[in-house]
Amino acid sequence: MDSLFDILMRAFGLVAAWDGTLSEIVGLSLQVTLTAVAIACVIGLPLGAALGAFRFPGRRGAILITNVLMGLPPVVVGLVVYLMLSASGPMGVLGLLYTPTAMIIAQTLLVTPIIAALSRQVVEDLNAEYAEQFASLGVGRLQRMGALLWDARFSLLTVILAGFGRAVAEVGAVMIVGGNINHVTRVMTTAIALETSKGDLELALALGLVLLGIALVVNVIVMTVRGTAVRAAYA
Amino acid sequence: MFKTWMTRAALLALLALPLPAWADGFILMQSTTSTQNSGLFDHLLPIFTEKTGIEVRVVAVGTGQAIRNARNGDGDILFVHAKPVEEAFVADGFGLERFDVMYNDFVIVGPAGDPAGLSGQADVLGAFAALAEAQAPFASRGDDSGTHKAELRLWQAAGLDPQAASGTWYRETGSGMGATLNIAVGMGAYAMTDRATWIAFGNKGSHSIVFEGDPRLFNQYGIIAVNPARHPNVKAELAQQFVDWILSDDGQAAIAAFKVDGQQLFFPNATR
Repeated sequence: MDSLFDILMRAFGLVAAWDGTLSEIVGLSLQVTLTAVAIACVIGLPLGAALGAFRFPGRRGAILITNVLMGLPPVVVGLVVYLMLSASGPMGVLGLLYTPTAMIIAQTLLVTPIIAALSRQVVEDLNAEYAEQFASLGVGRLQRMGALLWDARFSLLTVILAGFGRAVAEVGAVMIVGGNINHVTRVMTTAIALETSKGDLELALALGLVLLGIALVVNVIVMTVRGTAVRAAYA
Repeated sequence: MFKTWMTRAALLALLALPLPAWADGFILMQSTTSTQNSGLFDHLLPIFTEKTGIEVRVVAVGTGQAIRNARNGDGDILFVHAKPVEEAFVADGFGLERFDVMYNDFVIVGPAGDPAGLSGQADVLGAFAALAEAQAPFASRGDDSGTHKAELRLWQAAGLDPQAASGTWYRETGSGMGATLNIAVGMGAYAMTDRATWIAFGNKGSHSIVFEGDPRLFNQYGIIAVNPARHPNVKAELAQQFVDWILSDDGQAAIAAFKVDGQQLFFPNATR
Protein backbone atom coordinates (compact mmCIF):
# COMPACT_ATOMS: atom_id res chain seq x y z
CA MET A 1 0.00 0.00 0.00
CA ASP A 2 1.16 3.51 -0.78
CA SER A 3 1.95 5.85 2.07
CA LEU A 4 -0.68 8.34 3.17
CA PHE A 5 1.39 11.08 1.59
CA ASP A 6 1.21 9.37 -1.81
CA ILE A 7 -2.54 9.04 -1.44
CA LEU A 8 -2.83 12.72 -0.58
CA MET A 9 -0.77 13.53 -3.68
CA ARG A 10 -3.07 11.31 -5.73
CA ALA A 11 -6.10 13.20 -4.41
CA PHE A 12 -4.49 16.48 -5.45
CA GLY A 13 -3.68 14.88 -8.79
CA LEU A 14 -7.34 13.95 -9.26
CA VAL A 15 -8.39 17.52 -8.57
CA ALA A 16 -5.63 18.95 -10.77
CA ALA A 17 -6.53 16.68 -13.69
CA TRP A 18 -10.28 17.26 -13.02
CA ASP A 19 -11.71 15.25 -15.91
CA GLY A 20 -15.28 14.92 -17.16
CA THR A 21 -16.01 11.77 -15.18
CA LEU A 22 -14.97 13.32 -11.88
CA SER A 23 -16.93 16.52 -12.45
CA GLU A 24 -19.96 14.43 -13.44
CA ILE A 25 -19.76 12.44 -10.19
CA VAL A 26 -19.07 15.48 -8.02
CA GLY A 27 -21.84 17.43 -9.79
CA LEU A 28 -24.40 14.69 -9.22
CA SER A 29 -23.36 14.34 -5.56
CA LEU A 30 -23.93 18.04 -5.01
CA GLN A 31 -27.14 18.16 -7.03
CA VAL A 32 -28.70 15.23 -5.15
CA THR A 33 -27.57 16.28 -1.70
CA LEU A 34 -28.29 20.02 -1.98
CA THR A 35 -31.76 19.33 -3.40
CA ALA A 36 -32.50 16.83 -0.63
CA VAL A 37 -31.27 19.26 2.05
CA ALA A 38 -33.35 22.12 0.55
CA ILE A 39 -36.52 20.00 0.57
CA ALA A 40 -35.71 18.76 4.08
CA CYS A 41 -35.42 22.42 5.21
CA VAL A 42 -38.79 23.32 3.71
CA ILE A 43 -40.38 20.48 5.69
CA GLY A 44 -38.10 20.24 8.72
CA LEU A 45 -37.65 23.90 9.74
CA PRO A 46 -41.37 24.74 10.12
CA LEU A 47 -41.91 21.37 11.78
CA GLY A 48 -39.06 21.99 14.22
CA ALA A 49 -40.30 25.53 14.90
CA ALA A 50 -43.84 24.29 15.62
CA LEU A 51 -42.53 21.59 17.95
CA GLY A 52 -40.27 24.09 19.71
CA ALA A 53 -42.67 26.98 20.06
CA PHE A 54 -46.09 25.50 20.78
CA ARG A 55 -47.66 23.28 23.43
CA PHE A 56 -50.15 20.76 22.07
CA PRO A 57 -51.26 17.21 22.84
CA GLY A 58 -48.88 14.64 21.44
CA ARG A 59 -45.98 17.10 21.33
CA ARG A 60 -43.68 15.01 23.49
CA GLY A 61 -44.43 11.97 21.37
CA ALA A 62 -43.67 13.91 18.19
CA ILE A 63 -40.36 15.17 19.62
CA LEU A 64 -39.43 11.64 20.63
CA ILE A 65 -40.19 10.39 17.12
CA THR A 66 -38.08 13.06 15.39
CA ASN A 67 -35.21 12.33 17.81
CA VAL A 68 -35.41 8.59 17.17
CA LEU A 69 -35.62 9.07 13.40
CA MET A 70 -32.29 10.95 13.51
CA GLY A 71 -30.76 7.51 13.99
CA LEU A 72 -32.35 5.96 10.89
CA PRO A 73 -29.81 3.69 9.19
CA PRO A 74 -29.36 4.81 5.56
CA VAL A 75 -29.64 1.20 4.35
CA VAL A 76 -33.09 0.91 5.93
CA VAL A 77 -34.23 4.16 4.31
CA GLY A 78 -32.84 2.85 1.00
CA LEU A 79 -34.75 -0.41 1.34
CA VAL A 80 -38.03 1.35 2.19
CA VAL A 81 -37.67 3.72 -0.77
CA TYR A 82 -36.68 0.77 -3.00
CA LEU A 83 -39.83 -1.15 -2.01
CA MET A 84 -41.97 1.94 -2.68
CA LEU A 85 -40.41 2.73 -6.08
CA SER A 86 -39.83 -0.84 -7.31
CA ALA A 87 -41.85 -1.82 -10.38
CA SER A 88 -43.77 -4.14 -8.03
CA GLY A 89 -44.18 -1.40 -5.40
CA PRO A 90 -47.04 1.07 -4.91
CA MET A 91 -45.21 3.87 -6.78
CA GLY A 92 -43.60 1.67 -9.41
CA VAL A 93 -45.54 3.24 -12.29
CA LEU A 94 -43.60 6.48 -11.81
CA GLY A 95 -40.45 4.75 -13.08
CA LEU A 96 -38.26 6.58 -10.58
CA LEU A 97 -36.11 3.70 -9.34
CA TYR A 98 -32.43 3.97 -10.34
CA THR A 99 -32.73 7.71 -11.08
CA PRO A 100 -31.27 10.70 -9.22
CA THR A 101 -34.82 11.58 -8.15
CA ALA A 102 -35.00 8.34 -6.15
CA MET A 103 -31.72 9.26 -4.46
CA ILE A 104 -33.10 12.70 -3.57
CA ILE A 105 -36.21 11.12 -2.03
CA ALA A 106 -34.09 8.77 0.09
CA GLN A 107 -31.75 11.51 1.32
CA THR A 108 -34.67 13.82 2.07
CA LEU A 109 -36.13 11.12 4.34
CA LEU A 110 -32.74 10.80 6.05
CA VAL A 111 -32.14 14.51 6.58
CA THR A 112 -35.62 15.84 7.47
CA PRO A 113 -35.67 14.32 10.99
CA ILE A 114 -32.22 15.77 11.71
CA ILE A 115 -33.25 19.28 10.65
CA ALA A 116 -36.57 19.03 12.50
CA ALA A 117 -35.11 17.66 15.74
CA LEU A 118 -32.14 20.04 15.94
CA SER A 119 -34.12 23.14 14.92
CA ARG A 120 -36.76 22.18 17.52
CA GLN A 121 -34.13 22.49 20.25
CA VAL A 122 -32.79 25.81 18.92
CA VAL A 123 -36.27 27.32 18.60
CA GLU A 124 -37.40 26.02 21.99
CA ASP A 125 -34.48 27.74 23.76
CA LEU A 126 -35.16 31.00 21.96
CA ASN A 127 -38.89 30.75 22.61
CA ALA A 128 -38.26 30.58 26.35
CA GLU A 129 -36.61 34.03 26.06
CA TYR A 130 -39.33 35.50 23.85
CA ALA A 131 -42.45 33.94 25.40
CA GLU A 132 -43.43 36.86 27.60
CA GLN A 133 -42.88 39.39 24.86
CA PHE A 134 -44.96 37.36 22.42
CA ALA A 135 -47.75 37.08 24.99
CA SER A 136 -47.76 40.81 25.81
CA LEU A 137 -47.78 41.77 22.13
CA GLY A 138 -50.41 39.17 21.29
CA VAL A 139 -48.41 37.80 18.37
CA GLY A 140 -50.13 35.16 16.19
CA ARG A 141 -48.84 31.62 15.77
CA LEU A 142 -47.45 31.91 12.24
CA GLN A 143 -45.74 35.19 13.07
CA ARG A 144 -44.21 33.63 16.17
CA MET A 145 -42.78 30.76 14.14
CA GLY A 146 -41.48 33.21 11.55
CA ALA A 147 -39.88 35.50 14.14
CA LEU A 148 -38.24 32.59 15.98
CA LEU A 149 -36.84 31.01 12.79
CA TRP A 150 -35.57 34.41 11.63
CA ASP A 151 -33.89 35.30 14.89
CA ALA A 152 -32.36 31.84 15.18
CA ARG A 153 -31.14 31.88 11.57
CA PHE A 154 -27.44 31.80 12.37
CA SER A 155 -27.80 28.79 14.68
CA LEU A 156 -30.04 27.11 12.13
CA LEU A 157 -27.27 27.31 9.52
CA THR A 158 -25.28 24.88 11.65
CA VAL A 159 -28.35 22.65 11.82
CA ILE A 160 -28.59 22.68 8.02
CA LEU A 161 -24.88 21.93 7.72
CA ALA A 162 -25.35 18.90 9.99
CA GLY A 163 -28.05 17.69 7.59
CA PHE A 164 -25.78 18.34 4.60
CA GLY A 165 -22.97 16.38 6.23
CA ARG A 166 -25.20 13.40 6.84
CA ALA A 167 -26.55 13.37 3.27
CA VAL A 168 -23.30 13.94 1.40
CA ALA A 169 -21.52 11.20 3.35
CA GLU A 170 -24.08 8.40 3.26
CA VAL A 171 -23.69 5.51 0.85
CA GLY A 172 -26.22 2.88 1.95
CA ALA A 173 -29.39 4.55 0.71
CA VAL A 174 -28.16 5.93 -2.63
CA MET A 175 -26.47 2.62 -3.45
CA ILE A 176 -29.77 0.72 -3.20
CA VAL A 177 -32.15 3.20 -4.86
CA GLY A 178 -29.62 4.64 -7.33
CA GLY A 179 -27.87 1.40 -8.27
CA ASN A 180 -24.48 3.13 -8.77
CA ILE A 181 -25.06 3.21 -12.55
CA ASN A 182 -22.15 4.74 -14.44
CA HIS A 183 -22.97 8.21 -15.88
CA VAL A 184 -26.50 8.05 -14.40
CA THR A 185 -26.55 7.57 -10.63
CA ARG A 186 -22.90 7.29 -9.59
CA VAL A 187 -22.01 9.75 -6.82
CA MET A 188 -18.88 10.24 -4.73
CA THR A 189 -19.75 7.76 -2.00
CA THR A 190 -20.85 4.97 -4.34
CA ALA A 191 -17.76 5.55 -6.49
CA ILE A 192 -15.62 5.16 -3.34
CA ALA A 193 -17.42 1.90 -2.50
CA LEU A 194 -16.88 0.65 -6.07
CA GLU A 195 -13.15 1.41 -6.11
CA THR A 196 -12.80 -0.28 -2.71
CA SER A 197 -14.45 -3.43 -4.08
CA LYS A 198 -12.08 -3.34 -7.07
CA GLY A 199 -9.23 -3.33 -4.57
CA ASP A 200 -8.01 0.10 -5.69
CA LEU A 201 -7.85 1.37 -2.12
CA GLU A 202 -5.60 4.33 -2.98
CA LEU A 203 -8.05 5.72 -5.57
CA ALA A 204 -10.93 5.10 -3.13
CA LEU A 205 -9.17 7.05 -0.40
CA ALA A 206 -8.16 9.82 -2.81
CA LEU A 207 -11.83 10.15 -3.83
CA GLY A 208 -12.70 10.31 -0.14
CA LEU A 209 -10.32 13.23 0.29
CA VAL A 210 -11.92 14.98 -2.71
CA LEU A 211 -15.33 14.49 -1.05
CA LEU A 212 -13.95 15.99 2.16
CA GLY A 213 -12.62 18.91 0.13
CA ILE A 214 -16.08 19.53 -1.34
CA ALA A 215 -17.62 19.53 2.14
CA LEU A 216 -14.92 22.00 3.15
CA VAL A 217 -15.77 24.34 0.26
CA VAL A 218 -19.50 24.20 1.07
CA ASN A 219 -18.80 24.96 4.73
CA VAL A 220 -16.48 27.84 3.91
CA ILE A 221 -19.12 29.37 1.62
CA VAL A 222 -21.79 29.07 4.31
CA MET A 223 -19.49 30.53 6.98
CA THR A 224 -18.57 33.46 4.74
CA VAL A 225 -22.21 34.20 3.99
CA ARG A 226 -23.01 33.89 7.70
CA GLY A 227 -20.17 36.19 8.70
CA THR A 228 -21.24 38.85 6.23
CA ALA A 229 -24.85 38.58 7.37
CA VAL A 230 -23.92 38.75 11.07
CA ARG A 231 -21.86 41.92 10.52
CA ALA A 232 -24.73 43.43 8.53
CA ALA A 233 -27.26 42.48 11.21
CA TYR A 234 -25.29 44.00 14.10
CA ALA A 235 -23.67 46.90 12.24
CA MET B 1 -34.81 37.98 3.88
CA PHE B 2 -33.60 34.67 5.20
CA LYS B 3 -36.92 33.02 4.39
CA THR B 4 -37.11 34.39 0.86
CA TRP B 5 -33.55 33.27 0.32
CA MET B 6 -34.44 29.81 1.59
CA THR B 7 -37.52 29.65 -0.64
CA ARG B 8 -35.52 30.73 -3.66
CA ALA B 9 -32.84 28.16 -2.98
CA ALA B 10 -35.48 25.45 -2.62
CA LEU B 11 -37.22 26.50 -5.84
CA LEU B 12 -33.94 26.59 -7.73
CA ALA B 13 -33.05 23.16 -6.41
CA LEU B 14 -36.43 21.80 -7.45
CA LEU B 15 -36.01 23.23 -10.95
CA ALA B 16 -32.72 21.43 -11.15
CA LEU B 17 -34.43 18.09 -10.46
CA PRO B 18 -33.47 15.70 -13.21
CA LEU B 19 -36.16 14.20 -15.35
CA PRO B 20 -37.25 10.72 -14.34
CA ALA B 21 -36.13 7.92 -16.59
CA TRP B 22 -39.23 7.73 -18.78
CA ALA B 23 -37.30 8.34 -21.93
CA ASP B 24 -36.80 5.22 -24.04
CA GLY B 25 -33.52 4.20 -25.64
CA PHE B 26 -31.96 2.47 -22.64
CA ILE B 27 -32.31 -0.85 -20.91
CA LEU B 28 -31.59 -1.79 -17.34
CA MET B 29 -29.47 -4.86 -16.67
CA GLN B 30 -29.27 -6.59 -13.30
CA SER B 31 -25.86 -8.20 -13.17
CA THR B 32 -23.07 -9.33 -10.89
CA THR B 33 -20.05 -7.59 -9.46
CA SER B 34 -17.58 -9.85 -11.29
CA THR B 35 -18.69 -8.67 -14.74
CA GLN B 36 -18.61 -5.03 -13.62
CA ASN B 37 -15.46 -4.98 -11.48
CA SER B 38 -13.35 -6.86 -14.03
CA GLY B 39 -14.06 -4.12 -16.58
CA LEU B 40 -15.91 -6.43 -19.01
CA PHE B 41 -18.90 -4.11 -19.29
CA ASP B 42 -16.72 -1.06 -19.94
CA HIS B 43 -15.37 -3.01 -22.92
CA LEU B 44 -18.58 -4.68 -24.11
CA LEU B 45 -21.40 -2.18 -23.69
CA PRO B 46 -19.98 0.71 -25.78
CA ILE B 47 -19.68 -1.71 -28.73
CA PHE B 48 -23.36 -2.64 -28.43
CA THR B 49 -24.45 0.97 -27.91
CA GLU B 50 -22.54 2.14 -30.95
CA LYS B 51 -24.15 -0.56 -33.08
CA THR B 52 -27.76 -0.12 -31.92
CA GLY B 53 -28.01 3.26 -30.20
CA ILE B 54 -29.35 1.49 -27.10
CA GLU B 55 -27.75 2.52 -23.82
CA VAL B 56 -27.29 -0.25 -21.23
CA ARG B 57 -27.47 0.74 -17.57
CA VAL B 58 -25.96 -1.81 -15.23
CA VAL B 59 -26.86 -2.42 -11.60
CA ALA B 60 -24.04 -4.64 -10.33
CA VAL B 61 -24.97 -6.58 -7.18
CA GLY B 62 -24.65 -10.16 -5.97
CA THR B 63 -26.49 -12.78 -8.03
CA GLY B 64 -29.05 -13.32 -5.24
CA GLN B 65 -29.94 -9.64 -5.04
CA ALA B 66 -29.90 -9.27 -8.85
CA ILE B 67 -32.46 -12.07 -9.18
CA ARG B 68 -34.67 -10.59 -6.46
CA ASN B 69 -34.56 -7.18 -8.17
CA ALA B 70 -35.41 -8.76 -11.53
CA ARG B 71 -38.29 -10.69 -9.93
CA ASN B 72 -39.67 -7.33 -8.81
CA GLY B 73 -39.50 -6.14 -12.41
CA ASP B 74 -36.64 -3.72 -11.69
CA GLY B 75 -34.62 -4.64 -14.75
CA ASP B 76 -35.07 -5.70 -18.37
CA ILE B 77 -32.27 -8.26 -18.47
CA LEU B 78 -30.67 -10.60 -15.95
CA PHE B 79 -27.00 -11.50 -16.54
CA VAL B 80 -25.70 -13.65 -13.69
CA HIS B 81 -23.94 -16.91 -12.81
CA ALA B 82 -26.00 -19.39 -10.81
CA LYS B 83 -27.61 -21.78 -13.29
CA PRO B 84 -30.06 -23.62 -10.96
CA VAL B 85 -31.51 -20.34 -9.65
CA GLU B 86 -31.64 -18.88 -13.16
CA GLU B 87 -33.61 -21.90 -14.36
CA ALA B 88 -36.01 -21.50 -11.43
CA PHE B 89 -36.40 -17.82 -12.39
CA VAL B 90 -37.54 -18.87 -15.88
CA ALA B 91 -39.68 -21.78 -14.61
CA ASP B 92 -41.53 -19.40 -12.27
CA GLY B 93 -42.46 -17.26 -15.26
CA PHE B 94 -40.26 -14.24 -14.42
CA GLY B 95 -37.93 -14.71 -17.39
CA LEU B 96 -38.45 -15.65 -21.04
CA GLU B 97 -35.62 -18.07 -21.79
CA ARG B 98 -32.14 -18.73 -20.40
CA PHE B 99 -29.07 -18.84 -22.65
CA ASP B 100 -25.48 -19.74 -21.85
CA VAL B 101 -23.26 -16.76 -22.72
CA MET B 102 -19.73 -17.38 -21.46
CA TYR B 103 -17.74 -19.04 -18.72
CA ASN B 104 -14.65 -18.67 -16.64
CA ASP B 105 -13.63 -20.54 -13.53
CA PHE B 106 -13.35 -20.15 -9.80
CA VAL B 107 -9.97 -20.26 -8.09
CA ILE B 108 -8.94 -20.43 -4.45
CA VAL B 109 -6.55 -17.72 -3.35
CA GLY B 110 -4.53 -17.85 -0.18
CA PRO B 111 -1.69 -16.28 1.79
CA ALA B 112 1.96 -16.63 0.80
CA GLY B 113 3.40 -20.05 1.61
CA ASP B 114 -0.04 -21.72 1.45
CA PRO B 115 0.07 -22.88 5.12
CA ALA B 116 -2.88 -25.28 4.72
CA GLY B 117 -1.20 -26.95 1.74
CA LEU B 118 -3.99 -26.60 -0.83
CA SER B 119 -1.69 -26.56 -3.82
CA GLY B 120 -0.71 -30.22 -3.29
CA GLN B 121 -4.33 -31.44 -3.42
CA ALA B 122 -5.53 -33.56 -6.33
CA ASP B 123 -9.01 -32.01 -6.58
CA VAL B 124 -11.07 -29.20 -5.11
CA LEU B 125 -12.82 -31.46 -2.62
CA GLY B 126 -9.43 -32.37 -1.24
CA ALA B 127 -8.53 -28.69 -1.09
CA PHE B 128 -11.68 -27.90 0.91
CA ALA B 129 -10.99 -30.86 3.20
CA ALA B 130 -7.46 -29.52 3.77
CA LEU B 131 -8.91 -26.13 4.75
CA ALA B 132 -11.24 -27.74 7.29
CA GLU B 133 -8.49 -30.05 8.55
CA ALA B 134 -6.07 -27.17 9.13
CA GLN B 135 -8.87 -24.91 10.35
CA ALA B 136 -7.27 -22.30 8.13
CA PRO B 137 -9.05 -18.94 8.10
CA PHE B 138 -11.44 -18.87 5.10
CA ALA B 139 -13.38 -15.78 4.06
CA SER B 140 -16.73 -16.80 2.59
CA ARG B 141 -19.00 -14.38 0.72
CA GLY B 142 -21.95 -15.41 2.90
CA ASP B 143 -24.25 -13.24 0.76
CA ASP B 144 -26.29 -15.67 -1.36
CA SER B 145 -24.32 -14.63 -4.46
CA GLY B 146 -23.45 -16.94 -7.35
CA THR B 147 -19.95 -17.45 -5.96
CA HIS B 148 -21.33 -18.15 -2.49
CA LYS B 149 -23.81 -20.71 -3.85
CA ALA B 150 -21.00 -22.42 -5.79
CA GLU B 151 -18.82 -22.50 -2.68
CA LEU B 152 -21.64 -24.06 -0.60
CA ARG B 153 -22.18 -26.75 -3.27
CA LEU B 154 -18.48 -27.66 -3.02
CA TRP B 155 -18.53 -27.93 0.79
CA GLN B 156 -21.57 -30.16 0.48
CA ALA B 157 -19.89 -32.31 -2.19
CA ALA B 158 -16.88 -32.65 0.13
CA GLY B 159 -19.22 -33.83 2.90
CA LEU B 160 -18.27 -30.94 5.18
CA ASP B 161 -20.36 -28.42 7.08
CA PRO B 162 -18.36 -25.21 7.58
CA GLN B 163 -21.39 -23.54 9.22
CA ALA B 164 -20.45 -25.34 12.44
CA ALA B 165 -17.18 -23.39 12.43
CA SER B 166 -18.78 -20.06 11.51
CA GLY B 167 -17.12 -17.29 13.49
CA THR B 168 -13.97 -19.27 14.14
CA TRP B 169 -11.92 -20.19 11.04
CA TYR B 170 -14.93 -20.01 8.67
CA ARG B 171 -15.73 -16.32 8.32
CA GLU B 172 -18.81 -15.15 6.45
CA THR B 173 -18.26 -11.57 5.33
CA GLY B 174 -21.75 -10.96 3.92
CA SER B 175 -20.12 -8.69 1.33
CA GLY B 176 -19.33 -8.52 -2.36
CA MET B 177 -16.38 -10.30 -3.98
CA GLY B 178 -14.03 -7.32 -3.80
CA ALA B 179 -14.83 -6.54 -0.17
CA THR B 180 -14.38 -10.21 0.72
CA LEU B 181 -10.99 -10.29 -1.03
CA ASN B 182 -9.95 -7.13 0.87
CA ILE B 183 -10.88 -8.91 4.10
CA ALA B 184 -9.12 -12.14 3.11
CA VAL B 185 -5.92 -10.24 2.26
CA GLY B 186 -6.22 -8.26 5.49
CA MET B 187 -6.58 -11.28 7.77
CA GLY B 188 -4.41 -13.73 5.82
CA ALA B 189 -7.40 -15.91 4.99
CA TYR B 190 -8.16 -18.16 2.02
CA ALA B 191 -11.04 -17.22 -0.28
CA MET B 192 -12.80 -18.55 -3.35
CA THR B 193 -13.22 -16.08 -6.18
CA ASP B 194 -13.96 -16.05 -9.89
CA ARG B 195 -10.75 -15.71 -11.87
CA ALA B 196 -11.80 -12.48 -13.60
CA THR B 197 -12.30 -10.56 -10.37
CA TRP B 198 -8.99 -11.84 -9.01
CA ILE B 199 -6.95 -10.89 -12.08
CA ALA B 200 -8.44 -7.39 -12.16
CA PHE B 201 -8.24 -6.96 -8.37
CA GLY B 202 -5.84 -4.23 -7.25
CA ASN B 203 -5.16 -5.12 -3.61
CA LYS B 204 -3.71 -8.63 -3.83
CA GLY B 205 -1.09 -8.14 -1.13
CA SER B 206 1.05 -11.29 -0.94
CA HIS B 207 -1.95 -13.49 -1.79
CA SER B 208 -1.88 -15.69 -4.88
CA ILE B 209 -3.85 -18.49 -6.50
CA VAL B 210 -3.18 -21.67 -4.50
CA PHE B 211 -5.69 -24.00 -6.16
CA GLU B 212 -7.21 -24.08 -9.65
CA GLY B 213 -8.11 -26.32 -12.55
CA ASP B 214 -10.72 -28.72 -11.15
CA PRO B 215 -13.67 -29.06 -13.60
CA ARG B 216 -15.99 -28.56 -10.62
CA LEU B 217 -14.75 -24.95 -10.46
CA PHE B 218 -16.38 -24.22 -13.83
CA ASN B 219 -18.35 -20.95 -13.68
CA GLN B 220 -21.10 -20.49 -16.27
CA TYR B 221 -22.75 -17.13 -16.96
CA GLY B 222 -26.27 -16.99 -18.38
CA ILE B 223 -28.55 -14.30 -19.77
CA ILE B 224 -32.33 -14.02 -19.45
CA ALA B 225 -34.71 -11.37 -20.78
CA VAL B 226 -37.28 -10.49 -18.11
CA ASN B 227 -40.82 -11.59 -18.99
CA PRO B 228 -42.93 -8.57 -20.08
CA ALA B 229 -46.12 -10.56 -19.42
CA ARG B 230 -45.19 -10.47 -15.73
CA HIS B 231 -43.97 -6.87 -15.67
CA PRO B 232 -45.46 -4.61 -18.38
CA ASN B 233 -42.83 -1.91 -17.72
CA VAL B 234 -40.13 -4.19 -19.13
CA LYS B 235 -38.65 -3.03 -22.44
CA ALA B 236 -38.87 -6.44 -24.04
CA GLU B 237 -37.97 -5.43 -27.58
CA LEU B 238 -34.79 -3.58 -26.63
CA ALA B 239 -33.83 -6.32 -24.18
CA GLN B 240 -34.23 -8.94 -26.90
CA GLN B 241 -31.88 -6.93 -29.13
CA PHE B 242 -29.19 -7.15 -26.47
CA VAL B 243 -29.73 -10.87 -25.91
CA ASP B 244 -29.58 -11.51 -29.67
CA TRP B 245 -26.41 -9.45 -29.96
CA ILE B 246 -24.47 -11.03 -27.10
CA LEU B 247 -25.30 -14.51 -28.44
CA SER B 248 -24.33 -13.51 -31.99
CA ASP B 249 -20.85 -14.04 -33.46
CA ASP B 250 -20.18 -10.32 -32.98
CA GLY B 251 -21.07 -10.33 -29.30
CA GLN B 252 -19.20 -13.56 -28.64
CA ALA B 253 -16.09 -12.22 -30.39
CA ALA B 254 -16.28 -9.04 -28.30
CA ILE B 255 -16.28 -11.13 -25.09
CA ALA B 256 -13.27 -13.14 -26.27
CA ALA B 257 -11.40 -9.94 -27.16
CA PHE B 258 -11.58 -8.60 -23.59
CA LYS B 259 -8.22 -8.99 -21.87
CA VAL B 260 -6.62 -7.71 -18.67
CA ASP B 261 -2.81 -7.83 -18.50
CA GLY B 262 -2.85 -9.94 -21.65
CA GLN B 263 -5.11 -12.58 -20.10
CA GLN B 264 -8.53 -13.45 -21.48
CA LEU B 265 -11.01 -13.33 -18.57
CA PHE B 266 -14.22 -14.74 -20.07
CA PHE B 267 -14.70 -17.47 -22.67
CA PRO B 268 -17.76 -17.27 -24.93
CA ASN B 269 -19.85 -20.45 -25.23
CA ALA B 270 -23.32 -19.33 -26.35
CA THR B 271 -25.79 -22.14 -27.01
CA ARG B 272 -27.94 -21.10 -29.89
